[in-house]
Amino acid sequence: MKEEFEGTPEWSDELLARRRKRAAVMGWVLAGRVVLFFLVTVVKLGSNIVQRAL
Amino acid sequence: MANNSTDLPVFDTSVPRADDVSDATKEMVSEMASAADYFELLKPRVMSLVVFTTLIGMIMAPTGADGGVHPVVAFTALLLIALGAGASGALNMWYDADIDANMERTRTRPIPSGRVSKDSALGFGLTLSAGSVMCLGVFVNWLSAGLLAFTIFFYAVVYTVWLKRHTAQNIVIGGAAGAFPPVVGWAAATGSVDVLPVLMFAIIFFWTPPHFWALALLKNKDYTENNIPMMPVVAGSKNTRFQILAYSLVMAGFAALPALLGHAGLFYALFSTALSAVFVAMSFWLFIAPDSRQAAASKALFAYSILYLFLLFAGFPADKLIGI
Repeated sequence: MKEEFEGTPEWSDELLARRRKRAAVMGWVLAGRVVLFFLVTVVKLGSNIVQRAL
Repeated sequence: MANNSTDLPVFDTSVPRADDVSDATKEMVSEMASAADYFELLKPRVMSLVVFTTLIGMIMAPTGADGGVHPVVAFTALLLIALGAGASGALNMWYDADIDANMERTRTRPIPSGRVSKDSALGFGLTLSAGSVMCLGVFVNWLSAGLLAFTIFFYAVVYTVWLKRHTAQNIVIGGAAGAFPPVVGWAAATGSVDVLPVLMFAIIFFWTPPHFWALALLKNKDYTENNIPMMPVVAGSKNTRFQILAYSLVMAGFAALPALLGHAGLFYALFSTALSAVFVAMSFWLFIAPDSRQAAASKALFAYSILYLFLLFAGFPADKLIGI
């Protein structure tokens, strides 16, 4: 069975709210990833961070 | 027409089945999805068991002279392993969307209920799979990353695609996927694999058939109607109940081995024996139960099997803490 929406679907408040919430969650996830990557990098480098050729 | 599975549609969406609709419809389906719908694709309840058994694998791993893995790295490993397991769940839901739509237990999942399109679920699952494996390799070590990749492949391809619809041994062999997390956790913490994580693997491996078949006995009608060769469908109730008892006995044997081989102490020995005795007794009760009591016995065994695994694995660090 093939079903299609006819014409241009209207953006209801409900759908816009869902999209906003998805975008907000994605933003938090990305921010969390940045923090995690930074922390892991610092931990992995450890004291080696000061042992580099000048 | 109303969508009776969600409270969404402002659109008259008529619950478009995500695998048989136009691109415009798919687009609208993906716009209807909430973040919670994507989270549901990760099978959070299964993921909680994965997180727990992985954590136990990491806790029980020897710390070594350098004090063991850094807490930040350990947390990252746990998170990535959980995401990898969740990704395989999303891929499973993508592939099984057709049968999920026909089964009472699964028809409200995000894809069959029309909240997430199949394409979105596939992209989500693949991205998370690749991302979790690569990050685990770079941040932790490549042994654990390789094991995680194999676990995802085993669940999404070997179990979901090859075994589930073709053999009654589907969850026996496929159970390996659920048994890997403590091994992955141990490998993440040490960069190697030892006897204890292999025993943990064996416990979960032999725990899976009684656990899942107890559920399959209850959902036999659904599996039969969808031509899924679960053991009760193929071998009948009596044979399945016998196999549940047999696997329970093997599982109880493996649950005792960590203490017998000196990898756990007296507390674990007593605790695991008591837990396993109840498991075997409930399996035996299910085996001999009259027809009128079998559903109740299956339900009780299924519920206890989940509690059993949580308690048994909690017994490992408890034993280490008590130190007797």
